[in-house]
Parts: sequence; C-alpha cells; structure tokens
Amino acid sequence: MGTLLRIIGLWTISQLRTIGHMFVFLLNSFYFIFIPPFKFRLLLRQIRFFGNKSMLVILLTGSFTGMVLALQLFYILRKFGSDALLGPGIALSLIRELGPVLSALMVTGRAGSALTAEIGMMRISEQIDALTAMALNPIRYLIVPNIVAALIVFPLLVAIFNVIGIFGGYLVGVEVLGISSGTYFSLMEDYVVMKDIMVGFYKSISFGLIVSWICCYKGFYTGYGAAGVSKSTTEAVVLCSILILIWDYFLGAVLL
Amino acid sequence: MIEIIDLHKSFNGQKVLNGVNLKIAEKEVVTIMGISGCGKSVLIKHIIGLLMPDRGSISIEGVDITRLDTKALDKIRERLGVLFQGGALFDSLTVYGNIAFPLREKTKLSKGEIRDRVLNALDDVGLKGMGKKYPGELSGGMKKRVAVARALISEPAIVLFDEPTTGLDPIIASSIHVLIKATHKKYGYTGVVISHEVPKIFEVTDKVAMLHNGIIIEVGTPEEIQNSTNLIVRQFITGSHEGPIEY
Repeated sequence: MGTLLRIIGLWTISQLRTIGHMFVFLLNSFYFIFIPPFKFRLLLRQIRFFGNKSMLVILLTGSFTGMVLALQLFYILRKFGSDALLGPGIALSLIRELGPVLSALMVTGRAGSALTAEIGMMRISEQIDALTAMALNPIRYLIVPNIVAALIVFPLLVAIFNVIGIFGGYLVGVEVLGISSGTYFSLMEDYVVMKDIMVGFYKSISFGLIVSWICCYKGFYTGYGAAGVSKSTTEAVVLCSILILIWDYFLGAVLL
Repeated sequence: MIEIIDLHKSFNGQKVLNGVNLKIAEKEVVTIMGISGCGKSVLIKHIIGLLMPDRGSISIEGVDITRLDTKALDKIRERLGVLFQGGALFDSLTVYGNIAFPLREKTKLSKGEIRDRVLNALDDVGLKGMGKKYPGELSGGMKKRVAVARALISEPAIVLFDEPTTGLDPIIASSIHVLIKATHKKYGYTGVVISHEVPKIFEVTDKVAMLHNGIIIEVGTPEEIQNSTNLIVRQFITGSHEGPIEY
C-alpha cells in the first residue's frame, strides 16, 4: 500500500512539474510576442505553413461534415415535421461546435504533427543549439511565429470549414433531399445570431493557442534521436486532441 | 582567453566531467581529444553556455560565464563561432541563407556588404557557386564546409569546432584540417577543436589536451603528446585495443 502511494505521489509530482514547465514555456513565448525585434517574415512563413498544410483537409472534412449533417438532421427533423429547420440546424452545429472542433483536430493531425516533428528535428540536429550559440533566442525565432500564426490562421480555417460545410449541407439538403433553397438560407438568417459566431470564434482562437503551444513544446523538448521525435509527435497529437475536447466542453458550458 | 577551473558535471548521477582544468591562450588552437563518450562535447557545450556546470567556472576573456544572466551571456556568445558536430545547418535555408544568417540577424550590414562577405566565405571554403543549394542536397564534407563558413562569417574571436571531421573520408577530413589551418591564419581566432583524429589533428593545433575519466590528464604541444609516457595517452594515439583504457 505504502509503495503504491509512493508511486502515485511521484507520478503526480512529475506530472505537476511537467504542467508547470509547459506554462512557463507558454508565458515565456507570450513575453517575446510583445518584445521587438518582431520576425514578420517568419510569421508569414508559418501562416503559409498552417494554411498550406491544412487547407485541403479542411475543405474535404468541412464539405463531408456538412453533407452528413444534412442527411442525419433531415432524418431526425422529418420525424417532428420540422425539416424546414435543416439550414439553421446545420449552420448552428457547424458554427458553434463542429467547425472549431473538427478543424482543430484536423489541423493538429496535419500541421501540428509536422510542426512538432520539424522543431524536434531541429533540436536533435543541434539547430536550436546553433541559434542559442549565435546569441539568438530560439523562442523568438521558432515558437513565437508559430503561436501568432496559429492565432491568426485557426479562425480563418474554421470560417472556411463552416462555409464549405454549409454549402455541403445545401448540396444534400436542397439538391438531393428536396428542401427549397430559400427555406435553407432564410431560416438560417433568422436563427444564427452574432453570439453563435463569437462562440465559434473564441473556440477557434483558444484551439489555435492549444495546438501551437503543445506542438511547439513537445518539439522543443523532444527526446533523443528519431525515436524521441516520433514519441513527441504522437504525444503532441494525442494531448492536443484531448485538450481540444476538454476545453470545448468547458468553453461551451460557459458560453452557452 | 579561456580558463576552465575545476569543472564538474553529472547527468542523472553519472559523472561526466570530474574537475576539468584547462587554460587556452589568445590566438592559440587547442585540441581536446579523448575516447568517444568521455565528455568532450559536454565540455564544449559548457564553453558556449548551453550547459551549466554543477561546480567550477569557465572564464572567457576574464568573465566567469557560469555566473552570467542570459543577456550578458549572449554578449559573450556574440564573440564565439561554433561548428557543431553535425553541422547544425538550418534545413529551411539555402547555403547562402545559412552563412548570411548571423550577419542578417546580428549586424546592420547592407545587403550588398552581406553578399560580398558570404561570397568570399564560400570561396574560402571551396564552395563557390553553391549558394543556392539546400543543406539536404549537400554531401557530409560540403555541409561541414558550409558550417565552417557560417561559424567564421562574423569573424569571431573564439571558434569552437566540435568534431569537425567525424564521419568524413580521410581526404575530405584532411581538407577540413587544411581549412581550419588556413582560416586560423587569415582570421587569427582562438580555436578549440574537439577531435579524435590522431595524428592528423596534430598538424593544425598548437596544443593538445587529453580528456579521460572526466579530467584533463595531459596537456602539451603535439610533439610532447606524441612522445608522452602516459600509458592512456599512448594507447589513444596508437589506437591499440590493449592498455589501460577499458571499453
């Protein structure tokens, strides 16, 4: 019993230490966001990195999410004779919930994993040490551009996901299931309010922070060799996915 | 110029440096040699300030760098050039971009001045016309040459070479040694070379220090080291598998 308690205690201390270390890393990164010189060229490169890596997957998942939503919601709404609410149902589901969450999960898998692997490779090939040896701060050069880029790109990707999803829902709802085009869009205008859009916006911003923070941290403090980078990449994707879903619940509950 | 006094460092209870003492004079090239895993790279990382010792001090130009904050340490680092073991070239930048990087980030030189210096540096290391290539397109020897050019582009007072010829064939390794000798003559830097390329490294160095079991067991000119009566030094130089060094 004593040994078990000791193991649990040591594990807890180790986890708390890691969490503390992660927050110090985040605070350090935030500090350098506001301290010149600003690296605009690196920021643009990372905006392109996130956007370029994730656009296709966002377009594909967004369109099919909208299409599936149309099929399932139509089936449910028809039972209540409310199939005219298909448009607002799809729009609200996407804008408030599915758009931010699914986009964040997709970007984590696509760009987030690549980011951890890239920074991890820089660590094991001593490129990060080389920056430090040149009296240049690696946080400013590697981490800050990624965090700022994610804060800019995530809301944009979520917006694209939502628009494509609504269009996918339109294709199935109007062209396949026979809802009138006017009903699909006019009721959407009535039911979707600014607060719904802001909920999605806050979620996308916070998911951007979570993904860039975790992926950068895991890459920056990767283990030794290819196995270390591989482990860090897996850990980053898993941790991001879990944190996205947990944070989505709490933010959703607060902003309901 | 560089003075290491009683330097100790352990990792997870395992002692790597156990009281290293070494003095390197200005404009002198000193080679630190020793078996693989004896702590040579750990020692060089202490000189850069990437690792902090458990005990002891490292003075560079009279300043103990183990007591400095990041800002003051960066001031010292600006006087250093480092060639890392694997080159540590930035994959996302071209050869030109890699060599120009320290100048772009740390100086106010114009684009034209940077261009002239980078092209000169490429010429010095025998890579004229290779500026547009990426590190991934280069051979091991070429990467090392680019890394040498990058380490020297700011004309640093101290240059640290961490195993500059590891993994290279004898001819390329020899060309890197010639390059170190030529650049030292041209720039007059203080050099620290980590190497186990004996006896070839003796041609480019003023002094040799042997690191073993976490301490410097012998320091001397290449001739003195080659005539050493220390059995460990003798075994290392001759490359014999029999002797006091256990694997």
